[in-house]
Amino acid sequence: MNSNTKDTVKETLFVDGKELPINGERNVLEVARKAGIDIPTFCYHSELSVYGACRLCLVEIEGRGIQASCSVTPEPGMRIRTNTKQVRDIRKISLELILANHDLSCPTCSRSATCRLRELADRMGISDIRYKAIEQKAPLDHSSLSLVRDPNKCVLCGDCVRACEELQGVGAIDFAFRGADSAVLPAFNQDLAEVECVNCGLCATVCPTGALTPRSEIEEVWDALDDPDKVVVAQMAPAVRVGLGEYFGMEPGSVTTGQAVSALKAIGFDKVFDTSFTADMTVLEEGEEFLDRFRNNGVLPLFTSCCPAWVKYAEQYGPDLLPHLSSCKSPQQMFGSVARRVLPGMMDLEGKELVIVSVMPCTAKKFEAKQEKFIHDGVPEVNHVITTAELGLMLRQCGLQLANLEAASFDMPLGFKTGAGVLFGVTGGVTEAVLRYAVEEVQGKALENVDFREVRGEQGLREATVTVEGVALRLAIVNGLAQAAPVIESIRKGTSPYHLVEVMACPGGCVAGAGQPHTFNPAARQQRTQAIYDTDKTLDFHKSQENPELAKCYAEHFDGVGGKTAHELLHTNYTHRKRLHEVDLALQEGESQGTLPVQVCVGTNCFLNGSQELLRKLMAHVDQNGLNDQVSLTATFCMENCGKSPNVRVGDTHLEACTFESACAALDKHLGCVPR
Amino acid sequence: MQQTLRKFDSLCDILDRFDRDPAKLISILQAVQAEYRYLPKEALAYISTSLGLPPARVFGVATFYAHFALEPKGKYVIHVCDGTACHVKNSQGLVKAIQKKLGLGGDKTTTDDLLFTLETVSCLGACGLAPVLVINEDVHGMMTPQKCVEALDEIIEREAE
Ligand code: SF4
Ligand code: SF4
Ligand code: FES
Ligand code: FES
Repeated sequence: MNSNTKDTVKETLFVDGKELPINGERNVLEVARKAGIDIPTFCYHSELSVYGACRLCLVEIEGRGIQASCSVTPEPGMRIRTNTKQVRDIRKISLELILANHDLSCPTCSRSATCRLRELADRMGISDIRYKAIEQKAPLDHSSLSLVRDPNKCVLCGDCVRACEELQGVGAIDFAFRGADSAVLPAFNQDLAEVECVNCGLCATVCPTGALTPRSEIEEVWDALDDPDKVVVAQMAPAVRVGLGEYFGMEPGSVTTGQAVSALKAIGFDKVFDTSFTADMTVLEEGEEFLDRFRNNGVLPLFTSCCPAWVKYAEQYGPDLLPHLSSCKSPQQMFGSVARRVLPGMMDLEGKELVIVSVMPCTAKKFEAKQEKFIHDGVPEVNHVITTAELGLMLRQCGLQLANLEAASFDMPLGFKTGAGVLFGVTGGVTEAVLRYAVEEVQGKALENVDFREVRGEQGLREATVTVEGVALRLAIVNGLAQAAPVIESIRKGTSPYHLVEVMACPGGCVAGAGQPHTFNPAARQQRTQAIYDTDKTLDFHKSQENPELAKCYAEHFDGVGGKTAHELLHTNYTHRKRLHEVDLALQEGESQGTLPVQVCVGTNCFLNGSQELLRKLMAHVDQNGLNDQVSLTATFCMENCGKSPNVRVGDTHLEACTFESACAALDKHLGCVPR
Repeated sequence: MQQTLRKFDSLCDILDRFDRDPAKLISILQAVQAEYRYLPKEALAYISTSLGLPPARVFGVATFYAHFALEPKGKYVIHVCDGTACHVKNSQGLVKAIQKKLGLGGDKTTTDDLLFTLETVSCLGACGLAPVLVINEDVHGMMTPQKCVEALDEIIEREAE
């Protein structure tokens, strides 16, 4: 009868005298938090590695003294006290030291309301800072289109560093210098816009203070709204409707679609549309592209392209991957193109300028909208991008309470969407939406059950296989760019089994984007996700191909899905992008530099394709032939033509897939020598 | 002419010598610094490319250790000791004399011709000889401002030849 007692006897430890079970928690901190004791932390994030530097999570462990609870593995019988005088004193000192070095401009800081530092100072009852403040102010970095970096507010917790490297696999920022000069910086203290940052904003999401914040475009939007010569329309992304409520204190996952629409109207938008409409459009365009590649031996797997952080990542790290990227623009940019085509004939613009504003859960969308390729004759497809939180702030500036607004509906026709278009807000959503289209196409008859639960979930990398008519569609879903690495590697090795790969930079997908209202609630992501799936359920249509307004739009303005007009307006192309700007390696020393510049790319791709050897040979060639006073040889980092590496420039001649012989020939030509 | 094109070659040799192993980053940086007397930004960028490390990480390591320099240093590095013993024996006077002689001061610690770099250090462990300074490897004890200028003149003369 007692055979199973072994399983039922739980291991326990004691926190402040309370006996608590150990259930595989990674550390004492998690055990205590589960029991409702909220030990303060700065540098602890359940999704990141343990860093153990802020010393706020200190506890006293019997027999072991003061310890950082985030770094101690729970052991049975451990006796832990979280609240002794010594613990309180040290925590206070740690906080005061941080505050002494912090730029205390709280009333004007955009993170004021959600600042961990402020909250903790308040919680610890800090009324006085006994340490001398530093005087020097470091300059702010406004270079990025997505983020603002204010080093004066950094508390050196390293959360951003670990998020960027561990979750996104980018490592754009890192600790630099030491002691009092310690700082978190992009490489060489360059501007964030000049390094490999993909604008995902994850660093801002995890930052406990206002050191990294989304770049606001509120003023630009107010200016447009105030301008009588402008007609201003909004598009709202799927994830916004399940996030905005939190800004006004509602439960995570509250769906406030109707209120958000009437709020946008209330602050002066002429029309409010739904980005889900063009998400539906993306499903058709990308679905067709996928089927075409699938049936005609095209390049597979097909990568989704709706996440601009992922697109930049691919452009930087995987020039060989670009043919895999879907040529579809993101729903945001598709909306801009479609609106500019459709609206002038539908609304009476009275000769006024049409301004298109996006409300997005995302910081990377700000960057995306300002890309050259999305600006035509000086007119951007999308003029301004504000985040969910920025919209919240605009409403607050006007004294509007979301909950008190009467729900309104989106304007037609670009406000009509199916559940598939709303699913874009979560990881796995694009895949599911495309499946609802592609499977129906492959089987040639209506799809009964539209739910593809096998692609849903939380894991960073998920795989699923969907079999239709004996044909297996192999899928991978990535959220968090670091998780894309194994997929990319399998493609490079030629072992990738996948047909379609969805990639979103933000863990959880857009619902957890950096533009959503800030939250410390770890359950918020799941609740927002659930709200997206619930919204799909409540809508009339669940397949993009059933969107009647979309069908009409195609009939009136396009020559079919994937047709010529669609290709002009809804598709794009990709270019290789360099990761580091402004670094060239001058190879010649002394004054003997000549006037003919010869540049050899030693960026990653050219490097891998032998540019180092090429460069050596060239140097020897220049040397042996006494050309030192005629040419100036430099190594450059990435000429943004990685697909055809190695790249060399001789004067104004660009040589791709360059060989030693072709480089010498070009040299001879430029120097006017007789070719040997 | 031969010596002009060595920069890149030696960087590649160093990388090869350490198997292009990211775990050997610090040794690689040390070797590069020994070669160039400092860590040029371009070299750091190339190291990060070759090792497959984010440049921010390489920059972070290069700036963390005090013995790495990111700015070029002079051929002669002068370390004036400013430990307690030297300080009371007027090491600051030496610093001022050298600064005046070489046109240095404030943030400027290296001469434009890259001949000299002036740095202060805390206690060289030769307090018996206070005030002390070291020029590259050579220890000069019981210094006076006047003797500093003489020592510098000697080097400048030697270099001019
Ligand atoms: S925005 Fe993303 S890629 Fe850029 S520094 Fe932050 S976490 Fe890294
Ligand atoms: S920027 Fe923010 S997250 Fe990064 S180290 Fe500083 S305080 Fe921490
Ligand atoms: S949370 Fe444990 S040391 Fe920072
Ligand atoms: S590495 Fe990009 S062009 Fe050479």
